[in-house]
Amino acid sequence: MKEEFKVISKLIDEKSRVLDVGCGDGILMEYLLKNKIVDVRGLEISKEKVKKCLSNGLAVVEGNAEYDLKQFPDLSFDYVILSQTLQAFMSPENVIKDLLRVGKKVIVTIPNFGHWKIRVDLLFKGEMPITKNLPYEWYNTPNLHMCTIQDFYNFCNNKGINIFKTISLNGQKTSKITPSNLKYKNLISELGIFLLEK
Amino acid sequence: MSNFDKIKSITIKQPLKLDCGKEISNFPLAYETYGNLNEKKDNAILVFHALTGDQFASGQNPVTNKEGWWNYAVGPGKAFDTEKFFVICANVIGGCMGSYGPGTIDPKTNKPIGTNFPVITINDMVNAQHNLLDHFKIERLFAVAGGSMGGMQVLQFVSNFPNKAKVALPIACTASHSAQNIAFNELGRQAIMSDTNWKDGLYDGKISNPDKGLAVARMAAHITYLSKKGLQEKFGRNLQERSDLKFGFDADFQIESYLRYQGSVFVDRFDANSYLYITRAMDYFDLTKQHGGNLSKAFKESKTKFFIISFTSDWLYPTSENKDIVIALNAIGADVGFVEIKTDKGHDSFLLDVPDFLSTIKNYLSTTYININERRI
Repeated sequence: MKEEFKVISKLIDEKSRVLDVGCGDGILMEYLLKNKIVDVRGLEISKEKVKKCLSNGLAVVEGNAEYDLKQFPDLSFDYVILSQTLQAFMSPENVIKDLLRVGKKVIVTIPNFGHWKIRVDLLFKGEMPITKNLPYEWYNTPNLHMCTIQDFYNFCNNKGINIFKTISLNGQKTSKITPSNLKYKNLISELGIFLLEK
Repeated sequence: MSNFDKIKSITIKQPLKLDCGKEISNFPLAYETYGNLNEKKDNAILVFHALTGDQFASGQNPVTNKEGWWNYAVGPGKAFDTEKFFVICANVIGGCMGSYGPGTIDPKTNKPIGTNFPVITINDMVNAQHNLLDHFKIERLFAVAGGSMGGMQVLQFVSNFPNKAKVALPIACTASHSAQNIAFNELGRQAIMSDTNWKDGLYDGKISNPDKGLAVARMAAHITYLSKKGLQEKFGRNLQERSDLKFGFDADFQIESYLRYQGSVFVDRFDANSYLYITRAMDYFDLTKQHGGNLSKAFKESKTKFFIISFTSDWLYPTSENKDIVIALNAIGADVGFVEIKTDKGHDSFLLDVPDFLSTIKNYLSTTYININERRI
């Protein structure tokens, strides 16, 4: 099990209604169903992955978050999760807006472009970085809007989005991100996990 | 047609009030079953047939000697696995495979009821079939499923009986028949009614039937079940048993010959008046209107798990119309899954060997059956 999913699961209260946006194969959904008493739904763009989820009996709807979040009423979920997908949208800003409309709380995880290995790669090689979390070449990456933990932190502040908790994930290690250690965590975290509210 | 004596049926004694205002009672509803009902009676699936289907979903139809219409999906080890599930399928009222319909002989006149049969709706069909639950003493069905008009019946069933099915599978259908759907049905009806043998629907059902009209209706409808790409790939401009055009109106092209064949075999197994009545029922179907313009209200009382499926090349009941049902369900936080299956086989995909479609249903049903029993959901 990905460490990220364990962290996400810990952020969710029992008996919640959860929407996993970009739920992929439904691994996080399965994990939540096994470990928490939750009612969980998924939205996924890939037909293959939707079929896999449905074969496992998961309530997953095929759709694109940029258009299909509209069908969910305001505050219809206790938590909406967006795991490592934000960077792939045409308009991340609008998607975040919709997530905050649909969910009472929103959990967003982002692959951190501010990690030191990425900075070193770009600084010394002068090439677009390729890492475990970001394995694509510049010409075939689905990631249109890469950002750093710092960038996302600033974005939330500018847009008046409340950040309840920020967690850094580096390998298997998790730690809290606070305003005072933000610069440092932005350098050493592979992943940033944000718990947000409008 | 012979072997009508091999048809199982129940007689519905209590009066059924139809949408048209009339009441029917003491009428037959023909059905067939596949697999075994378990002791807990929790493994029953009620399958609804489409426009020209009947109760013989699987195996060999004893009346037509043809394969069941859903042979790819229903049977041992198949999507609706009859080794696990007890599949029930009934002939809709208005149909012509043993259920009460315009072809039923009126004992007073000894002739078919014909157009004296009342106009029926999808709602009426579903209300009649609900009697099967009492017949088999089934408290709650595991699932209701069907494609096309069968899918409409699924939606209507859940709306009428919100907690009688744990799972609902409406496939390639709509909550409200579109202008285009009605237009194609009207074309078929006009073909039948302009056949001089139709005689205002009071043909004898033996010697002179409106076969030509019915065949044309089937030909037109058949085109709507296929995709342009599917037709082009299968037939293209291929000629029928000839090397050149004949400069006449015989079937020069394979597609013409194919459609003529489809029309001619259809009249052997289907009643023209049934075609009129059932297409009318489809046209009248508007679940959204039934609920004051808000489709979500149709499912408000229900805890049913929905799994909706559409097909990329289906232009008769396109993905957008199936998605409207998904949207209505999501608006009330219902438990819903949805996938659009990629195929060139058009609306007919739900009847055909589309492995992706069949395997997803099979896995979904078996997993969900286990999950429900383990009370995970």
